[in-house]
Amino acid sequence: MSEALLTVKNLSVDFHTAGGTVHAVKNVNWSIAPGETLAILGESGSGKSVSANAVMNLLDRPPAEIVSGEILFEGRDLLKISDEDHRALNGKKIAMIFQDPLGHLNPVYTVGWQIMEMMTAHGRPASAARARALELITRVGIPEPEKAMGKYPHQFSGGQRQRLMIAMALMLKPDILIADEPTTALDVTIQAEVLSLLKELQRETGMALVLITHDLGVVAEIADRVVVMNSGEIVEAGTARDVYHNPRHAYTQKLIAAAPGKGDIKLLDDAAPLLLEAKKLNKTYGEFAALKDVSLTLARGQSLAVVGESGSGKSTLARTLLRLETADSGEAFWKGRDLISMNARDLLGCRREIQMVFQDPTQSLNPRMSVYQLIAEGWDIHKLMPNRSERRARVLELLEQVGLSPEHADRYAHQFSGGQRQRIAIARALALEPELIICDEAVSALDVSIQAQVIALLDSLRQRLGISFLFIAHDLGVVRDFADTVIVMKSGEIVERGPTRQIFETPEHPYTQRLLAANLDPDPDVQAQRRIILSNG
Amino acid sequence: MADLSLAKPAQTSAASRGSSLLSMLWRDKLAFVSALVLLLIILCALLGPTLLDDLATRQNLRGRNFPPFSLDRGWAFILGGDSLGRPMLARLIVAANSTILIAAGTVLSAMIVGAGLGLVAGYMGKNISQAIMRLADVIMSFPSLLLAVVVLYVLGPSIPNMILVLAITRIPIYLRTTRAEVLEVRERMFVQAAIVMGAGHWRIILKHILPVVAPTLVTIATLDFAFVMLAESSLSFLGIGVQPPDITWGLMVSQGRPYLNTAWWLAFWPGLMIVITALALNLLSNWMRVALDPAQRWRLEARKTKNV
Repeated sequence: MSEALLTVKNLSVDFHTAGGTVHAVKNVNWSIAPGETLAILGESGSGKSVSANAVMNLLDRPPAEIVSGEILFEGRDLLKISDEDHRALNGKKIAMIFQDPLGHLNPVYTVGWQIMEMMTAHGRPASAARARALELITRVGIPEPEKAMGKYPHQFSGGQRQRLMIAMALMLKPDILIADEPTTALDVTIQAEVLSLLKELQRETGMALVLITHDLGVVAEIADRVVVMNSGEIVEAGTARDVYHNPRHAYTQKLIAAAPGKGDIKLLDDAAPLLLEAKKLNKTYGEFAALKDVSLTLARGQSLAVVGESGSGKSTLARTLLRLETADSGEAFWKGRDLISMNARDLLGCRREIQMVFQDPTQSLNPRMSVYQLIAEGWDIHKLMPNRSERRARVLELLEQVGLSPEHADRYAHQFSGGQRQRIAIARALALEPELIICDEAVSALDVSIQAQVIALLDSLRQRLGISFLFIAHDLGVVRDFADTVIVMKSGEIVERGPTRQIFETPEHPYTQRLLAANLDPDPDVQAQRRIILSNG
Repeated sequence: MADLSLAKPAQTSAASRGSSLLSMLWRDKLAFVSALVLLLIILCALLGPTLLDDLATRQNLRGRNFPPFSLDRGWAFILGGDSLGRPMLARLIVAANSTILIAAGTVLSAMIVGAGLGLVAGYMGKNISQAIMRLADVIMSFPSLLLAVVVLYVLGPSIPNMILVLAITRIPIYLRTTRAEVLEVRERMFVQAAIVMGAGHWRIILKHILPVVAPTLVTIATLDFAFVMLAESSLSFLGIGVQPPDITWGLMVSQGRPYLNTAWWLAFWPGLMIVITALALNLLSNWMRVALDPAQRWRLEARKTKNV
């Protein structure tokens, strides 16, 4: 290994909170050499972002406090230099890209201007900035670069926005690029493209890449070395292959075992009675057809997965079935009655029977209500469970059922991690004893091991309570473990449907095949093999 | 990350809630002082007229424009005497009554009506929203002072009429702000989640949207408080506001204006009272915004650490 470019030594960071001091990272050591890719693998709350944020001087102090350690870059300790010196380094020598490119682009300026600002802010002339911006926008593969310079962030897709963020980060030819979950918000096919773009750019510029991720597949695809973090400590470090094949620490073993897509594929039970049947649903927004003649059937106790990338209409399908959107035409029979044309009073009854779990629990839980209030709200609405102590007991029981503890009842949503929040959302859905739960990307925002737990939870609920699931996802691995039947959607149409085994083993439609191919395998060797096949084909 | 902030144990009884609010108030010293000041002003407003009315209205031409900071004529003249020789301190205390009544009455009624209409305008369909918004435009485009003059001339000057007129002119501010926020909040995921659960319109408006909008409204209301006190004084100046012997701070400011060259204290003390009240309200509303938001509350609970 060549000489380290950036070294983090014995870094410990505490967070001072209402509940006392939390040791966010403890004695963390890592270093990165030029041209190397280091992945920091960990789940949310593991402290994987903290050391990177310390490098970028992004920690808010207080509540954070750097207890000990040093971060060496070009012979200087980044923890000791002034904010002014930090600003001169940030962007120029060390650049960062984030998970959510839309949140980090200013909506009122053109992207060209924002990318140029990276250089003009560091005192370079605008003409040079413009030339460089154009070069990079072309390089990251945005179509019609000249025109793209004058467009605004909302006019680009998620993947394109991340490409633009990468272009912005590379403006000043940084030595190190820190990428914090760069592809987590992207579709699988787009994710594969962005990762290969990052790799190419790294080869061209020789920069070091620090990749913070929770996804073993991403590590397998791109990383040379990996450090695995769990609750603030590095539990394992080594090359990506070593760590995958010979994980020494129990946590790493658990993480690898939790990777989805390895379980048995379920067999379809044809005998179950029909619960939901949608016929030729159509929905257009202006010119854009979000749903084109979509039909589906779902039997009691079964789970139907709807897979597709963003913009495929899968969420619109869920929203239409729930009457959050009005379908332009078509019918959807819930136990024989048409949901689409149902009046408000009948609909209220059906609302109790069909619950939904949203993608982002941070937003789907009212920030001003306690967990107890959130879960009990459904009973208020449907005038159930009037007895207060009974209610409390049931809330505690539900919390236990989803793997939370009773003392959580009086906390607020922001005090929980993402996975716990999603459990709260599931408990809220269960409170009304529904027959169908529609999960709109319900696990895609969660960590792998949490994802596995939530899926296992949903599966056990299905078996114990006989609840049916309409499971909307972009992640094929998750679907493979959970679904009985799979529907693949693309641009508002169903391109393929069938039992899970058939879709995974003998996909017919080229789009399904492409989706399956873009899905990253957690095994670095498998990924390397695939890359060879792809580059030869 | 969110897991870092561990929750405090459950508070079920109202008593422990009250004491935790008090301790949060104690954390923010400025807000604590503000609360004390406001409490004092409210006490003045409630008790002042009954206790000091006599003293405040007794004229004494020998004590005209008596300078402040002198105990020669007794403690009541510590802040000086006005143009008719009445003690300023007593008059300030008595004036608190009408001032606070008008300001609070105006701000509260404007806020309730404005926020109510704003919630409906933001939540309901386009037609209702249009009707409400155009009504607000009419009020806003009409010169508010002219409206006040006309209405008070027709109805006769009295405190309830003043509250009515001033409230009408302030409604659009609350209405527009509320509507703008509602339009954003109603698209949030938790509102959708409530719809999916089957929540009715009223429940969504009152339980899910209003609590999110409320902090903004409270902030505007405190800013508005000072404005209303001054608006009332300009009406009083025109002779259609509060009628002597009733007094308000605003009226005292405008009555003291001709004497600014010779007796600054006539306008200064009531002006100072308006500033202090407005400032105290602002500081307290600032604290309240944090204390009422579960996600911000830790700022008032966490122990202070300095390690920047």
